[in-house]
Amino acid sequence: MTRTTEPPATPAKQVAASPRKAALSEGKKAERKLGLLLCAPAALIMVAVTGWPIIYSFWLSLQRYDLKFPDDREFIWFDNYVAVLSSPYWWNAMWVTVLLTVVSVAIELVLGMALALLMHRTLVGRGIVRTSSLIPYGLVTVVAAFSWRFAWTPGTGYLVALMEEGSAPLTEKVPSLLIITLAEVWKTTPFMALLLMAGLALVPDDLLKAAAMDGAGGWQRFLKITVPIMKPAILVALLFRTLDAFRVFDNIYVLTSGSNGTSSVSVIAANNLIRGLNLGIGSTMSVLIFIAVAIIAFVFIKVFGTAAPGSDEGGRR
Amino acid sequence: MAGISGAETKAKRIGWGLLNTVAVIYALVPVLWIVSLSFKSSATLTDGNFIPREWSFDNYRNIFATTEFIRALVNSIGIAVIATAIAVVFGTMAAYAIARLDFPGKRLLVGISLLIAMFPQISLVSPLFDIERALGLFDTWPGLILPYITFALPLAIYTLSAFFREIPWELEKAAKMDGATPAQAFQKVIAPLAAPGVFTTAILVFIFCWNDFLFAITLTSTEASRTVPAALSFFTGSSQFEDPAGSIAAAAVVITIPIILFVLFFQRRIVAGLTSGAVKG
Repeated sequence: MTRTTEPPATPAKQVAASPRKAALSEGKKAERKLGLLLCAPAALIMVAVTGWPIIYSFWLSLQRYDLKFPDDREFIWFDNYVAVLSSPYWWNAMWVTVLLTVVSVAIELVLGMALALLMHRTLVGRGIVRTSSLIPYGLVTVVAAFSWRFAWTPGTGYLVALMEEGSAPLTEKVPSLLIITLAEVWKTTPFMALLLMAGLALVPDDLLKAAAMDGAGGWQRFLKITVPIMKPAILVALLFRTLDAFRVFDNIYVLTSGSNGTSSVSVIAANNLIRGLNLGIGSTMSVLIFIAVAIIAFVFIKVFGTAAPGSDEGGRR
Repeated sequence: MAGISGAETKAKRIGWGLLNTVAVIYALVPVLWIVSLSFKSSATLTDGNFIPREWSFDNYRNIFATTEFIRALVNSIGIAVIATAIAVVFGTMAAYAIARLDFPGKRLLVGISLLIAMFPQISLVSPLFDIERALGLFDTWPGLILPYITFALPLAIYTLSAFFREIPWELEKAAKMDGATPAQAFQKVIAPLAAPGVFTTAILVFIFCWNDFLFAITLTSTEASRTVPAALSFFTGSSQFEDPAGSIAAAAVVITIPIILFVLFFQRRIVAGLTSGAVKG
């Protein structure tokens, strides 16, 4: 981020440096001050609304704190963690979340790549494809989720009409999870495709042509040239989509509200707050989800070497 | 990737055309379905037909006859517009500093933005619920605007600093040579040049705020601040025996309109903004 902006500044600095040193340091001071001033509001809000609550959340998670019984509030160390981590509901929600994340991100990667290639390759109708693929991205998730819910509700739905008489897929666990996956994939594939398309633009046509002359088939060119060049773009897209998929909430809340064992960790934590009004347990889940997300990010950045967007070497295409 | 060399044959053209059609249908079907549902009369609402057998505006009439929906719509628009305005102003300031100025703590700010872009929103729900109740912010506009700004800022900062790198900075230097201070150079020279980027960012941030459901459903409890996505799940039919599907569909279509307009008119900008920022809203 800094690197691109440095070079034009250097000659000016050198020129100014030799005659008057005092003037330079004054200008430098003013620049620092302005920089800090400009960043202060953004930094303050971001830290105040996330930093403090997450610490507070940890503090709450060590207490018995149920709004239905406010008088029973008490400091209980890690009992809430024991309660959550020994709950089968929590583990079911965790596995549902992991499964949904892995399956939907995998499908999105494949479909997103196909869509990216399609948008990259076609000349006729490219605008229409691009415009219409932005609609799932922009559409309010809840709206899309209701669309899917009505489509699969017996009586109302056009899709459920295609199934066996009397089936109600949203009342059973496995069909519900499949529909949730469908809704997630539909909504986020275009975003994946756009990120991948930006990566595709980096693959030099000459290289592909040269490989074709040497007799490499289309599939070979894709695996040996396109994918390796796009690797950074793919990893960044995967990182953001994985973290986002892990937070899945809207679709599940609208489609099943987490019934029949379809809760994700976000849904179970939110239900705990809205319906249970149990802040101690809710905060414990908050902290655990935070840790899980941190682990995912760590694995991507340290193990796979995903360039964090905004860092000097990567994310910039 | 087939056909890198050589002219497109007719068969290939048709093949691409078919694939394009599939992609367009894939993207549009759920939207068309909810539109269709919203125009069904109450008698045909549950016939399961993709295209209405009987067209009617009843569902729209019904939702605009209740204060419930109008209030939610006002909340949605007000909260999203205010949050977008603040996030874009603060984001522009920070992005300018990151792109142009040398100061300590720059890396820290970029790091914080990245962390927040990856932050699980659900982790804030329980503590914010408690903090906002204590501060009297629970179920108010500011109570939603604050978290929206927070999560919109990383998106704004990344997108804007990417745009700011494309600006011809010699102009700024020229302004400074003519005696402008850094602040003046920002105001008079860079701000007008940056306007398109700022506008794009505003669209992305607005879409993000407009879309939110998690905070809207956990940090509100009445019509006072409930936005449309949250209000939808509280809809009932006009009588208790009526299926609310029609009203929900109509309300859903209403809040989809601004998104469709943005996409139709600013498609190129949105794509540029999304891919330069590489951060999802």
